[in-house]
Amino acid sequence: MLEIKDLHASVEGKGILRGINLEVKAGEVHAIMGPNGSGKSTLASVIAGKEEYEVEKGQILLNDEDIEELAAEERAHKGVFLSFQYPVEIPGVSVTNFIKTAINETRKSKGLDDMPAKDMLKMIREKAELLEIDRKFLSRSLNEGFSGGEKKRNEIFQMAMLEPKLAILDETDSGLDIDALRIVANGVNKLKSKDNAVIVITHYQRLLDHIVPDFVHVLYNGRIVKSGTKELAHELEEKGYDWIKEEVGA
Amino acid sequence: MSKYTEDDLREELKTKEYEYGFYTDIESETFPIGLNEDIVRAISKKKEEPEWMTEWRLEAFKVWKEMTEPEWANVHYEKPDFQSIAYYSAPVAIDPNKTLDDVDPDLLAMYKKLGISVDEQKKMNNIAMDIVVDSVSVATTFKKTLAEKGIIFMSISEAIKEHPELVKKYLGTVVPQKDNFYAALNSAVFSDGSFCYIPKGVRCPMELSTYFRINQAGTGQFERTLVIADEGSYVSYLEGCTAPSRDENQLHAAVVELIALDDAEIKYSTVQNWFPGTAEGKGGVYNFVTKRGLCETNAKISWTQVETGSAVTWKYPSCVLKGDNSVGEFYSIAVTNNYQQADTGTKMIHLGKNTKSTIISKGISAGKSQNSYRGLVQISSRAENARNFSQCDSLLMGNECGAHTFPYIEAKNKSAQIEHEATTSKIGEDQIFYCNQRGIDTEKAIALIVNGFSKEVLNKLPMEFAVEAQKLLEISLEGSVG
Ligand SMILES: Nc1ncnc2c1ncn2[C@@H]1O[C@H](COP(=O)(O)OP(=O)(O)O)[C@@H](O)[C@H]1O
Ligand SMILES: [Mg+2]
Repeated sequence: MLEIKDLHASVEGKGILRGINLEVKAGEVHAIMGPNGSGKSTLASVIAGKEEYEVEKGQILLNDEDIEELAAEERAHKGVFLSFQYPVEIPGVSVTNFIKTAINETRKSKGLDDMPAKDMLKMIREKAELLEIDRKFLSRSLNEGFSGGEKKRNEIFQMAMLEPKLAILDETDSGLDIDALRIVANGVNKLKSKDNAVIVITHYQRLLDHIVPDFVHVLYNGRIVKSGTKELAHELEEKGYDWIKEEVGA
Repeated sequence: MSKYTEDDLREELKTKEYEYGFYTDIESETFPIGLNEDIVRAISKKKEEPEWMTEWRLEAFKVWKEMTEPEWANVHYEKPDFQSIAYYSAPVAIDPNKTLDDVDPDLLAMYKKLGISVDEQKKMNNIAMDIVVDSVSVATTFKKTLAEKGIIFMSISEAIKEHPELVKKYLGTVVPQKDNFYAALNSAVFSDGSFCYIPKGVRCPMELSTYFRINQAGTGQFERTLVIADEGSYVSYLEGCTAPSRDENQLHAAVVELIALDDAEIKYSTVQNWFPGTAEGKGGVYNFVTKRGLCETNAKISWTQVETGSAVTWKYPSCVLKGDNSVGEFYSIAVTNNYQQADTGTKMIHLGKNTKSTIISKGISAGKSQNSYRGLVQISSRAENARNFSQCDSLLMGNECGAHTFPYIEAKNKSAQIEHEATTSKIGEDQIFYCNQRGIDTEKAIALIVNGFSKEVLNKLPMEFAVEAQKLLEISLEGSVG
């Protein structure tokens, strides 16, 4: 599904990713952990195609296709989805209108007509139910005045609507209380299949209790310095990151 | 990876061509250029006007000669040479008995190109249209349905002949001949426009609509609109405009007068996209418009405008809240791009007790354009308990444009409650990336963000118009992404 080879990226001339190698196969869940500032969000943005990040070296392959030249929306059309750590507000644009536009633009890129309103409504209803989202919520302006938890739930709602191939969840658990965490994780699990893949970026074990990863990677200083299975996450939870920093330093 | 920076965006906005830039060849009869008493008389004669109307025009011309063009607005342009403009241009051979079917097929084709085929409008939108092309009303539809309710909806030239008592009674009562330079000019030379009268207690069953368009090179358009809502009546009135692109500047100086008698309500909506000039700032329409409404007791007037066109706009739809408990509203979206300049806003004149006004202004600036809101809220000494709420929001795209807010408040009564809010924001790269990530390209993302920003005003427009207005916002702000 996703293959990243020796990826170096910088922003404003400052090197942030310094040689990332990662392979994610269909059906897999990968967790990326690591201290603040190590480059997790940057990696997510580079995969999604944010323009201010300069790829200096290396490759990103999506289903064997180099996506370097593709614009962010083209990557989205190919099934890349990013649940943002800090979702932005778009005043005056309702959640419903936004997701409708996103779906129809994606369909348009594939030469399809707009989704019939009836189907759209049905789908919205189903997915809102899955994530226990109130109907009223859907008519509010996108992320405007949303609590931290509402923003994250809205991100996963959009993911559910867009049915991506590769979903990257950037600290989706932060700002969620335990109930919301369970609902969101449950939603993600329901959407998982052998044809798609999920990358979960998190600091905490608690999300990984619900969304169980096949692999866990530690990102530090722009590199993946350790990879393992879910036990690694437990170890990090217990011991923190200092031992990793020491290992790398050594 | 394809980079899309703010510079690209700006570049792209600059190269956006005027979508309605085409010119249909219709034979027009144009007066010689220049303005003097003889021309004023000739216009009046051509239109077979009664003596009182000719005198009224001449009086206006006399005042105009003594006036100078106003310079206080935040716009800079080369002043039009009023002696090099033709003041009358009519498609030839107009037969007053003509129906829509008889209308010049070229003309109809033109409307089709604009996406507003009159036929369609007629059938689908339940709209009666009075179309002013280069100043003369070509066809009025739905006259019969309206006549049954006693509603008069016709060109002002017809009204002068058929309902002189009404025209005489109200013309110039809200915008006097000597009101300002452009209003005086309009009063002297106005060629045509719409007239509408809603009798006592009648709710007009359909939206009334006028479509203005400047077609002839080197002509000015000076239309005059007069809407009278008699006691307890209601009318919603729509006005749309386009002009083909031309390199020389074209002058448009209209006057609109609204009169809402006791308990009456008038909604007046405008979608204006006169040619804004080229990306280099060449050509375009000078739009100097005087629009004012008078509210008697318990009456209400709402102005809603979507302004995307013209090189220079100077326009302040206003309400004189004369009667007690009367209400004035102003909802505005003004978009400027490239070298466009807009100085627009409103005046709310509170004279009566318990009068209320609301102002919502949304300014969107792109390119090297300048967008100014200018508003006056005036509370007279006898206006007890007057209330005003104003909100002025500006949205900027890029770093070369400007947004300015000039709110003036004059309160002479201590009981007045006046609130003013203003915000300025920029379309952020983060917002665009968020949309891109969801599969929405930058062009569409901007449209979405702009529509969201303008929503409070778009919501005030009648349905059919709102859709057209949204399209216009997109057209005026977007280019084709590489
Ligand atoms: N747009 C940017 N401009 C400047 N520095 C940035 C930008 N984005 C990220 N960085 C820097 O890159 C480093 C990694 O940030 P980030 O990817 O957000 O880390 P994480 O998500 O792991 O906490 C930090 O030092 C951060 O300050
Ligand atoms: Mg982060």
